[in-house]
Amino acid sequence: MNFYEEQEKNREQVMLITETGERLTYRQVYKLAAEMLHFVPEGALVFLFCKNQPESIAGYLGMLQKGIVPALLDPGLEKDQVRELLRRYRPEYCLYPEEIREKFTGMEILWDNGHYRLSKTGETPDKAFHPNLALLLSTSGSTGSPKMVRLSRKNLQSNARSIGEYLEITREDRAVTSLPMQYTYGLSVINSHVERGAALLLTDRTVFEKEFWEFVKKERATSMAGVPRTYEMLKMLRIHQMDLPDLKVLTQAGGHLTAQLQEYYGTWCADKKIRFYIMYGQTEATARMSYLPWQKILEKPGSIGIPIPGGRFALADEEGKLIEGAGQEGELIYYGDNVSMGYAACRGDLEKGDERRGCLHTGDLAKRDTEGFYYITGRKKRFLKVFGMRVSLDMLEEIIKKQYPDRDAACTGMDDRAAVFIEKKPEDREAELEEEIRNFLSARTRLHRSAFSVRFVSRIPRNSSGKVQYAQLEKQL
Amino acid sequence: MTNLEKYNKAFIRNLGVKKEDLPGLKYRGIPQWDSIGHMDLMADLEGEFEIRMDTPDVLAFTSYEKGKEILAAYGVELEEQE
Repeated sequence: MNFYEEQEKNREQVMLITETGERLTYRQVYKLAAEMLHFVPEGALVFLFCKNQPESIAGYLGMLQKGIVPALLDPGLEKDQVRELLRRYRPEYCLYPEEIREKFTGMEILWDNGHYRLSKTGETPDKAFHPNLALLLSTSGSTGSPKMVRLSRKNLQSNARSIGEYLEITREDRAVTSLPMQYTYGLSVINSHVERGAALLLTDRTVFEKEFWEFVKKERATSMAGVPRTYEMLKMLRIHQMDLPDLKVLTQAGGHLTAQLQEYYGTWCADKKIRFYIMYGQTEATARMSYLPWQKILEKPGSIGIPIPGGRFALADEEGKLIEGAGQEGELIYYGDNVSMGYAACRGDLEKGDERRGCLHTGDLAKRDTEGFYYITGRKKRFLKVFGMRVSLDMLEEIIKKQYPDRDAACTGMDDRAAVFIEKKPEDREAELEEEIRNFLSARTRLHRSAFSVRFVSRIPRNSSGKVQYAQLEKQL
Repeated sequence: MTNLEKYNKAFIRNLGVKKEDLPGLKYRGIPQWDSIGHMDLMADLEGEFEIRMDTPDVLAFTSYEKGKEILAAYGVELEEQE
């Protein structure tokens, strides 16, 4: 049985606990979903603007159960970004929190409980989508990019089950929602806990709010998830001095954790009997592809671990030939039931079937060691992972050049920092221009400005055919 | 540079705001002062004033004004200067 279906054995089990102490059992969550979705027919597309709130999770589970396809979106998207997505995907309904209602003026309201609203857009698309399609997820979070990943029921179920298995989630577990629900990693925490009949502590607060920690302590959270930046923050907060007797599991994904942090958490967690899992994945694989078993954290620095249950890795060299054995770098390829069907950019794409057939070329370069543990060594394509979100350096370059058409520019970067190289002009006031560029990129990508640094150069190095020499630029970092 | 100037500069540098934006500025009140901005700001202030803030103080640092009170408890006086 799929995790999103109502299950007899979980009926009276608590699924959701809110910050105000309200408790909803699995039965109550499905009842809320049934009320909310009463007027929404099977086969409809719904834009769901996510918050870590009961309506958002109930709506999501209810839609999966009823064969309605939700597209999970960031409620912080600007009105014009929402409009563009509405134009491209023509959803029949939108489910959104009250506080962003001004983005949906002119729509008929079908349901409203004071926290969330369901509205009818007036769209009547003439074509059905592919019968296996279950969910749409964005790959770039808050940038409003129209590109979405198409996921099937099988994708969701297989990944939820496999995560539940290797994290050994039990019915007694209570995970705090420390990540946004529309983010693949945040969603995978929800899916895997519902799969095991566990509970979720719902909050949208950050780890820098004392209310977050009061909630974690009061409701005795047993697990928490974070991207590398989260673990930098927790170290700054000196989590090792906090009194968290119920905490059993910490998970990390969404980019590379530095060796220092891996050692810090490895040492502290071993001492406190907390299982710390380093994991690797992509939205294109629903969420997870590999994990480092917690016992190995101090033994395997920098490793993304082994494939998840039911999954398999292969490495291919530049000619596409398989690499056997250890130590040689190649493109990381993943096989498993959680490999998505493909991408969509508009409503018409929802008719498409499975284009990947269980095989994902990750675009990451990796090697394996003699014990079969994998290590990411670089990227085949020019992407960075900034605060858990994938950012295309080519896209950054494009928007910079559009904004400053009279200058040559190039972007490169390391880990979660992007570096913009831009041609300087004699009249420039560099400090001011640097601030302007950082603020501009931050506004456009909706990533924090500390992700961007700016370097002024007399010219961008290019070879005879005009190709940017990124290696030369990277030397300057 | 006075302590107040150093304090203001840390905000301006880490959050990309102007001096006139500082009074009344609150955590999560502007997009730049999110959890990432907060971490950078706290680390910078700790370095600037050579202090190590306790966890409850990092969590209580919720506004420009509140931060002044917190730093005072670490012996960093932010006298108003003309």
